[in-house]
Amino acid sequence: MRSLIDILDLNTDEISQLIDKANDIIANPAKYSEKCKGKKLATLFFEPSTRTRLSFEAAMYELGGNVLGFSAAQNSSAAKGESVADTAKTTSCYADIIAMRHPKEGAPLVAAMNASVPVINAGDGGHNHPTQTLTDLLTIYREKGRLDNLTVGFCGDLKFGRTVHSLISALSRYKNIKFVLVSPEELKLPGYVKDVLTANNLDFVQTTDLDSVMPELDILYMTRVQRERFFNEEDYLRLKDSYILYPERLNNAKSDLSIMHPLPRVNEISVAIDDDPRACYFKQVLNGKFIRMALILKLLEVE
Amino acid sequence: MKIDSIKNGLVIDHITAGNAMKIYKLLGLDSLDCRVAIITNVSSKKMGKKDIIKIDDDIVVDTDILGYVDPGATVNVIKDEVIVEKKNLELPEKLTNVIKCKNPRCITSTEQELPQIFKLTDKENQVYRCLYCETKAKKA
Repeated sequence: MRSLIDILDLNTDEISQLIDKANDIIANPAKYSEKCKGKKLATLFFEPSTRTRLSFEAAMYELGGNVLGFSAAQNSSAAKGESVADTAKTTSCYADIIAMRHPKEGAPLVAAMNASVPVINAGDGGHNHPTQTLTDLLTIYREKGRLDNLTVGFCGDLKFGRTVHSLISALSRYKNIKFVLVSPEELKLPGYVKDVLTANNLDFVQTTDLDSVMPELDILYMTRVQRERFFNEEDYLRLKDSYILYPERLNNAKSDLSIMHPLPRVNEISVAIDDDPRACYFKQVLNGKFIRMALILKLLEVE
Repeated sequence: MKIDSIKNGLVIDHITAGNAMKIYKLLGLDSLDCRVAIITNVSSKKMGKKDIIKIDDDIVVDTDILGYVDPGATVNVIKDEVIVEKKNLELPEKLTNVIKCKNPRCITSTEQELPQIFKLTDKENQVYRCLYCETKAKKA
């Protein structure tokens, strides 16, 4: 029995297999509509979520399975002080697989250590969010046809953005990836992620100027400055509008640039860009459902 | 200053000067009934100064803790006043309940019955990270 807690729990061959499976699901949805008949997914969400929870639930329904769970900690026995370990043991009695989101870092790992069914980390605070990374990798693959030989720009909050950290770790394993890191000084990539780039001798540049690097990008991964990651409201207000993408900023961009965003956005991508063929963020949302279907099949060992 | 040799027990030698008391506490030697000698600032050709701990009983010490706090220390096992084994220490791959995670966002901050587990992630720089949240440990 396997769980998925960190994107690096999967090797690149396994990621390729998941991408192939997701592409097959997209091409032949009917083939998969009863693959999980009689199976149950528990979605244990101790923190609010729209996309992640709904995409897990939609994924399980489209595989013919059922879903149970809760969408806020106050609707569970956690409100009475039940531990994550006990919650995992209890849920294992009712469900075949668990997807857990929790505000505390490491909570899904504790669940995986105690559950008797596979556990998927659906986001643990600012730490890991591996199914978002799988979603991003599937999107890049579908847009570019490859996961290597790319110049990938990350823009916005590179300090607290867990999706950025996970995607950088995942892409570090592919050949000829150049990372362009665009952020204000206060929101630069943390040292331990930069160490991964340095240790692997990877090509990266850090800058505060998005416009000067725009022409070289194949992918532009935008992020939101997240209010919930700041202890100090003043810092949040000062930095929240640091980088806003509006149509004129794309004048120098490649015609086949792919603009990605893990969503939700606040105002960092102008809605005027939504109709630009280079905008991929809503395709990314849809891809999230398909890659989660592929992942559920893999962890449940359903062929 | 004269300290008796021991018949059966352990001598923890080559302790970095100043570390003996910390090791004494972390290994729980204060709860032993037997004689324990802590000798500090002993002259050493190799180290300049070193500390030594002598334990006059045939006990087992946690070499993981010792290896983490002072990887240069050695443990000599004494039987009938003769050294029968000399253990060189290594940094342990995993430490359980030795250091505490300081990250307020870590699950261990709210669920305090969880074991505090740290993994060695960078041997060269002696970096340990929390198993749950990957926060870097501050040296004990």
